[in-house]
Amino acid sequence: MGAGDPFGMPVSHALASGMGGIRTAGDLVARMQLHRKMRLPEAKRYVADRLKVAQSDLSDEVAMRELREELDLGVVTSMVGGAKALAAKARIGRLLDVRVPSVEILKQKIGVS
Amino acid sequence: MTSYPTRMGDGHAVEMSTDELRCDILAGTEDAADRGRIPALSQEEQDYLLDLFSYPGKIVGVQPGNEVVLTDDGSVNALYGAQSSSGVGVPLSRELAIRVYERAFCMDTMEVGHPDYSFKPVKPIVSLEQQCLESVLSSTIIPIYYGAMPNLALYAKPDGPFGNPADLLPQGKISEARAAQEEAAQALTRDMVYVGRKMAEVGADGFNFDTTASAGDAEFMATLQAVEELAKTTELSIEVGMAAEFVLGMHGQVTYDGVRLAGLYPHEQLKLVEKAGAHLFGPVVNTNTRRSSAWNVSRAVTFVKACSEAASIPIHANVGIGVGGVPMCETPPTSMVTRASVAMVEIARVDGL
Repeated sequence: MGAGDPFGMPVSHALASGMGGIRTAGDLVARMQLHRKMRLPEAKRYVADRLKVAQSDLSDEVAMRELREELDLGVVTSMVGGAKALAAKARIGRLLDVRVPSVEILKQKIGVS
Repeated sequence: MTSYPTRMGDGHAVEMSTDELRCDILAGTEDAADRGRIPALSQEEQDYLLDLFSYPGKIVGVQPGNEVVLTDDGSVNALYGAQSSSGVGVPLSRELAIRVYERAFCMDTMEVGHPDYSFKPVKPIVSLEQQCLESVLSSTIIPIYYGAMPNLALYAKPDGPFGNPADLLPQGKISEARAAQEEAAQALTRDMVYVGRKMAEVGADGFNFDTTASAGDAEFMATLQAVEELAKTTELSIEVGMAAEFVLGMHGQVTYDGVRLAGLYPHEQLKLVEKAGAHLFGPVVNTNTRRSSAWNVSRAVTFVKACSEAASIPIHANVGIGVGGVPMCETPPTSMVTRASVAMVEIARVDGL
């Protein structure tokens, strides 16, 4: 995005045009752009196919809140017992078939391939 | 005659009529088309912008389903930092600030960055930066970048060991100025590759070269060479964000892949960034503080649309203060930030911001 105070810049863009991060499927679509160089339509199509939902559901807060809990991918509200941090990223990596570098380091540390 | 509240490029409030808005939208797109030798916006796209700027609501948003991915350039520093980083001075660590951005502001990605935010000051304290990044990666879900600015100027005297082109050029020492920039560029590439490898070691998802080419074409060359090396040898997802719409020819002769770097506009910069192996490109279009936001947004989306159409990698347009049609002021008006945001998505078809 660029420089600016938090309310004027990131929050304003998030409301106007952002996918919504872990509140929706924003982090999942971001991973496909980052790890596979996918452009937005392809990244959304890929994630929607993996989640078995319509592309319009990817930025639907209600639909994705329920689905993230069901698939245990980490949810935005603090939920006891749900996957968090590296556990959530490991599950996301498996769902999307992408290597998440921090998860790979954890696997090496605990001797899991 | 109906008039609409809007803003100038410096953020000051102004009222404009429909005809004035229409004229500024046309002038903005024609200016970009002329400078970049790219197509101007169609009549339909200009009409869309007119609707956007004459819409009475304070803020606007994209059509549901058209939302894009957000990446940021050191945004975390704006939460705990001071005025120089648009910071609001909340006493939080970077680790905590990133958690706030992830869970309360719902960013799609975040970035760890040093408060000084240039690669040169990061190098001697890189282990501390690795430690912070490692801690963030172990407590978050969203993809995390490490980011900094190439900032070649820090390598010139008196801050660095190399000759300063800003001193040498006025003395007519052109070959000395060029040689100094070439030497400094080599040192910069080495430092950026060093820091990049360190961040890859601890599992960074991505590495962001922010404000690239701020010191001109030699800095752009140094960055492209670092991107090439890191793309070949690490798993890092690499983002290159630019400093300005036009690469300054402080050297004037440096090339990458046979292309002279001085004078390149965003759609031309993109092709070299892709060639180097980057995963995301962040084009910049500068805001003219003396023109209206309608003029600036129209001009910015014209440049970025050409870039988006030419791209094979995701385009995340820079829309911070003073770029991408956003006014150049410390507290950018949400009315204009959201209009720039929507125009970039709905007209320029960016993959992210």
